[in-house]
Amino acid sequence: MAEVTTSLFAPATRPAPVAAPVRQVPTQRPTAQPRSPRRWGWLTGAILPVALLVLWEVLARLGVLRANLLPAPSKVLATIVELARTGELWGHIGITLVRVALGFVLGGALATVLGAATGYSRRLFHLLDPLLQGVRNIPSLAWVPLFILWMGIYETSKVVLIAVGVFFPVYLNLMNGVQGVDRKLVEVGRVHRLSGWQLVRRVFLPATLPAYLVGLRSGLGLGWMFVVAAEIMGANKGLGFLLVDGQMTGRPQTILASILLFAVLGQLTDAGLAALSRYLLRWQDTHGQESNG
Amino acid sequence: MLRIEHISKQFDSGTTALADVSLRVQPAEIVALVGASGCGKSTLLRIVAGLDAPSAGRVFINDEPLAGPNAAVGVVFQEPRLMPWLTVRENVRFGLADLAQAEQNARTDAVLERVGLTNFAQAVPRQLSGGMAQRVAIARALVAQPALLLLDEPFSALDPFTKMDLQEHLLHIWAYDRPTLLLVTHDLEEALVLADRIVVLRGHPGHIHEMVRVELPRPRRRTDAVFQAYKQRLLDALDVRAAVAV
Repeated sequence: MAEVTTSLFAPATRPAPVAAPVRQVPTQRPTAQPRSPRRWGWLTGAILPVALLVLWEVLARLGVLRANLLPAPSKVLATIVELARTGELWGHIGITLVRVALGFVLGGALATVLGAATGYSRRLFHLLDPLLQGVRNIPSLAWVPLFILWMGIYETSKVVLIAVGVFFPVYLNLMNGVQGVDRKLVEVGRVHRLSGWQLVRRVFLPATLPAYLVGLRSGLGLGWMFVVAAEIMGANKGLGFLLVDGQMTGRPQTILASILLFAVLGQLTDAGLAALSRYLLRWQDTHGQESNG
Repeated sequence: MLRIEHISKQFDSGTTALADVSLRVQPAEIVALVGASGCGKSTLLRIVAGLDAPSAGRVFINDEPLAGPNAAVGVVFQEPRLMPWLTVRENVRFGLADLAQAEQNARTDAVLERVGLTNFAQAVPRQLSGGMAQRVAIARALVAQPALLLLDEPFSALDPFTKMDLQEHLLHIWAYDRPTLLLVTHDLEEALVLADRIVVLRGHPGHIHEMVRVELPRPRRRTDAVFQAYKQRLLDALDVRAAVAV
């Protein structure tokens, strides 16, 4: 850092030789980077969480916070490390991931078919949408007893519950996206005599992609929410089981460890979808996007 | 080449846009449809494009009755209407789905060169100016080598300089394989610069009020006295003062 600063000020303090500016061009670039607002934004955002963590740790160690209610962050981390060391952790994470993935695929696939159909066809919209909107207004957790009655306490009812959660955001966004496709672009397709499937593939699909990806992201978010509900209602494995187990055995560090793992996994899977969105939608000309020429 | 016979158009809302319009256009002829807003000139173009069906009457292209969008007809809309997810090159190729790959590539490259956008082939629409985007739209309409090119107020959204530039450019491209051009415009000078014949539509519902053959050699100069005399004649034919008073 010091070396860079010197080279920045150098031309002002001594008469610059002819070759000097050429040599200095590359050294000036790294100094511009850390000052970019994005990096500062990240650092600013880290101040409060770090401060709170430190405060929490200190108060816990001083005994101000009762260890049987709110253990220190270091103890929560130690719990995770311990679970990882015994190998128990991977089993919990694995089964939870499988449940979310199955529910996401099941609910997402059904929503894709129905959302595309009701968006594309006015007739199907009038036939199906009122029913689906009605079902949507049932708080999804109200299904839990019925699902358990129908499908038992094991995997099927859990996956179906998660699928219900994933279904609606995907369905709504896709349907709105298809209905919102610019009529003018559809006309271009018609002028070029694209019909049926060709029109769908070459105009509707790419034009709907932004809304669809938003739907998938919110669907995935709800999938994570519903896996917690599904695992709390009865499971002997999974991150949600750790929540219940921590409560039953009076170990808040286990509950906090589970919450932390949910946060990390939710964030990671969402970041994956977000990266996929950015890649697929790199043609977009929008406010949120940095222009890269 | 193009025969429009007794076309009428009534919308579902009940308003009648066109009443008994008939028109014959010769091969390689450039015809401009002019008229005040709402006289049905764009409706007529959409019918010839096969996008809307007439309520009565028929359209023939090379003596074939028209039923929907036709391979012999290219369309340029008022807006470029490019697919934002495709590059310039892919947008131009959009008009060529049913040809072999090599043929598609050759034709796309050729037409991009003709509209002067070879260097922008890999750009995406958001990077283009309005005039460039409209040139891509023209290239997309021309790449399938249509016998009839329809243009619906193609330059009306552009600034005056770009507009004049593109009018010049259109004539240049037209000279290459001389498709028949049917152009809708409300810009009388544009009609006079481009057209062999100007069809004046008037009234509600719109009907053909007058046809003016423009007997001026190209390139035409806007400041020319005869050009201005033509313009005055068109203004009289459109009865602009009456239209403003209403």
